[in-house]
Order: sequence, then structure tokens, then C-alpha cells
Amino acid sequence: MVAIIDYGVGNLFSLKSSFGAIGEEATVTSDPLELEKAEHIILPGVGAFEDAAKKLAATGLDTVLKEQVAKGKPLMGICLGMQLLFDKSYEYGEFDGLGLLRGEIRPIADVIPSGYKIPHIGWNSLHFTQENCSLLKYSREGDYVYFVHSFYAANCDDSVAAVTEYGAPLTAAVAKGNVYGCQFHPEKSGETGLRILKAFCETEAV
Amino acid sequence: MITKRIIPCLDVRDGRVVKGVNFGGLNDVSSPVELADFYSRCGADELVFYDITASSDGRKIFTDILCETAKKVFIPLTVGGGINTVEDFDRVLKCGADKVSVNSGAIRNPGLVEQAAKLYGDQCVVISADVKRVDGVFRVFAKGGRENTGMEAVQWIKRCVDSGAGEVVLNSIDTDGVKKGFDLEMLDAVCNAVSVPVIASGGAGCAEDFVTLFKTLPKVDAGLAASIFHFGEVKIEDLKKLLKENGIPVRI
Repeated sequence: MVAIIDYGVGNLFSLKSSFGAIGEEATVTSDPLELEKAEHIILPGVGAFEDAAKKLAATGLDTVLKEQVAKGKPLMGICLGMQLLFDKSYEYGEFDGLGLLRGEIRPIADVIPSGYKIPHIGWNSLHFTQENCSLLKYSREGDYVYFVHSFYAANCDDSVAAVTEYGAPLTAAVAKGNVYGCQFHPEKSGETGLRILKAFCETEAV
Repeated sequence: MITKRIIPCLDVRDGRVVKGVNFGGLNDVSSPVELADFYSRCGADELVFYDITASSDGRKIFTDILCETAKKVFIPLTVGGGINTVEDFDRVLKCGADKVSVNSGAIRNPGLVEQAAKLYGDQCVVISADVKRVDGVFRVFAKGGRENTGMEAVQWIKRCVDSGAGEVVLNSIDTDGVKKGFDLEMLDAVCNAVSVPVIASGGAGCAEDFVTLFKTLPKVDAGLAASIFHFGEVKIEDLKKLLKENGIPVRI
């Protein structure tokens, strides 16, 4: 079973449905016992980093997540959920993330040439930066996925599994140990996205 | 590389797609759920559902359809029609919509865009403008294009973007239904005024119109159309192939 963490950020209807489409049971929950029972955990999120980080901390789910990851359970962050995995964010201030991955969240505007629109909205291609990444085992170099974001993960270590080109290479997917993330929305990326969710469901605890 | 988006628009009333649909290979051509699924499999990059019901019963049918679609179709869904309050945003977002497009609602309630953008994020709020030339000036029209608001369109759209709209759908009343191509002059004026994605709507009559659109105005991000897709005059697969042959980046 996949547990999708409900901490009051964004609506999770499509995400839950997308697991249904690949034949995986998924539950939307904020109950630590459910997270303990689940084989895989998804950290979703849209909106502002500060607000999301505060909500995770207020519910105590930040601690629960770190415990589950320490036990070796696969966790995947999606969009803002991926950004929350990193050390910190500079989105309208300076805020701490979960610190599960090295790196920080910075405005796209810092690295792309002028003339590129912000937010980065639309279908863009994946370029692999890791060999044999288990999250991308059903994906091909150049596959298109759907992005909506104005900030990106910078100064990451070897966790970056794929980038996308938008005037500069932007972190698109991350994978390190049992911690995974997608900047794009796999649940909105058609068959390509569903294949990535399937691959995540097949990752094993470490 | 970021690709240009092709977006079919479905007008829905009482649970059915309103504009005539003429397809082979589909059992129920006016079921929005079936049609959405069909377009998604043909390579549509996004879908717009436009609720043209007036009654509250109709609203319930519409949100049920939205839920059914979101269970089957995994590409972005934008919902418009009858969006007047943040409660309306909430109602459709809960059913799986990713973006909400406001038109008359933003004209009646100037605070709506800002309120919604604060609650749901800029990426969620699409300003949809029906624009027509009146004595050589672009004017915003309300009530499905029937009422001239007297507001100058480019300034009004810019104001909405400044308030937090993350995307613009520009529908030219002048070219809508004429099928002679998109309104390049109007689109150019809007693209030069805002820095968020702009979606062209109104006037597509054939696949070449999309080539002209993206070649002439590289700043336009997407092309939206309804009847040419519904009637099968333009097939999305063929359209994308043609765009690719013309050097325009598309997702195939």
C-alpha cells in the first residue's frame, strides 16, 4: 500500500486516482500508524514552501517521515514535496526543509536567461544524469513530463537523477538511497508519469 | 526543451459536450469523460472543460463528470464557467481540476484573482478574456461575449496577471468561429504586455493555422480549439506531426 501524506496542502484527488490506474492501493492519510503500515510514502505539495514546511512541523509529520526514511522505507516527494526533502529553501525568505537530501531551493529566475517565462509551465523533456535509476527504469531519455514551478533544487549532490532544459538545466528528478523526488507532476504526465509511479511502487526498502 | 501545447476545449451542458462531435471509433461521442480520454490518448497536452450550465443541478452533474474524468485522464485539466467566488474554485479543485479559469467572475469581482492566487497559488489561476475590437481598441467583453465592459483589454489582462493570474487564455471574438486563423495582432499585443504563458483561442480553421501561430508569435505557449477537433477536421496526432516538421517543439 502507498500512503499519500495529507497535511492540508493541495488536493490529492488526481494523485490517489493515478495509483488506482496502475493497480496500486493508495490511501490519503495523516495518521502515523498508516504511514508505518504503508510500504511506500508519497509527500505531495503545491503552494508555498514556508506554509508547507510549517504545516508538516505543526502536525509532527516531519518527524514521522524522517523516522520512516531512517527505517529504510521508500519516500517520494512530488513538486513542492520534492523541494521539502532538501536542506533549505530561499523562497521568499530562508526556511529549513526536511534535510533528507543535500541542496537548497532557489528561484528559477536566478539561473535562466531573460525572456523565459516564469512559472515554468508545460511539458518538458527528461535528461538522465544517473545510470540505471530505479525510479526511471520504465522511462526513456527525452520522455516528456508536465512541470509547474518557479523554484528549483540547486547545489544538489549526486542525488539528481534527471534534469530538464529551460534555458538552464533544472533538477527534474532525484534519487538517493530510499529517497526519491519529482519536480514535475507524474500524476499529470500521462502514461509516462504513470510509469514513473509504477517504478516507485516497485522500489524496495533499504 | 519546453513544448508548445495543444488544448482541446469541451463545452459541457447537462452532462454532455455541447458542440457537435463527429468521430469514428467512439461509442458515445458526446460523453465528456469518453471524449477527454480519447483526446488524452491522441496526444492532447491539456484539456479545458467549460461548464455552460446555469442551474445548480447542472453544476452537480458537471462536478461529477469532472471527478470521473480525473479518475481516468492523467493530463492537466482546466475548468471554467460559472467561477465567481473562491468557493467555486474549491468546488472544482476538489474534483480533480488543476487550474481554474475565470472570466466574467473576475470582471464582476475584481478581488477574485488575487484572493484565489493567494489561496491556491498563481499556477492555479487562469484569466480568460473575451476580447473584441471596438473602434480600433481592444475591449473586454463579459457574459460570453455579449456585453462590452468598456475596459481596454491589454491593460485589464496585465492587471489580472499582476494580481496573481499564472496564465492567460486570450479568446478573440473577432476571429472566433471565422476559421481563418488566430488573431495574431491581438495575441502579439498581449504577449508583449505579460510575462506569464499565453494561450491562443479563437479562429483555428486548419492545422496550418497553428503552424502560423507558433512561427509568427514564438511567445505564444499554447493553442486552444474546440470544433475543429470535435468534428475531426484536425486530428491532434496529425497536427503535432505537422508542427514538428515545421521545427516547432511538441510532445509526441
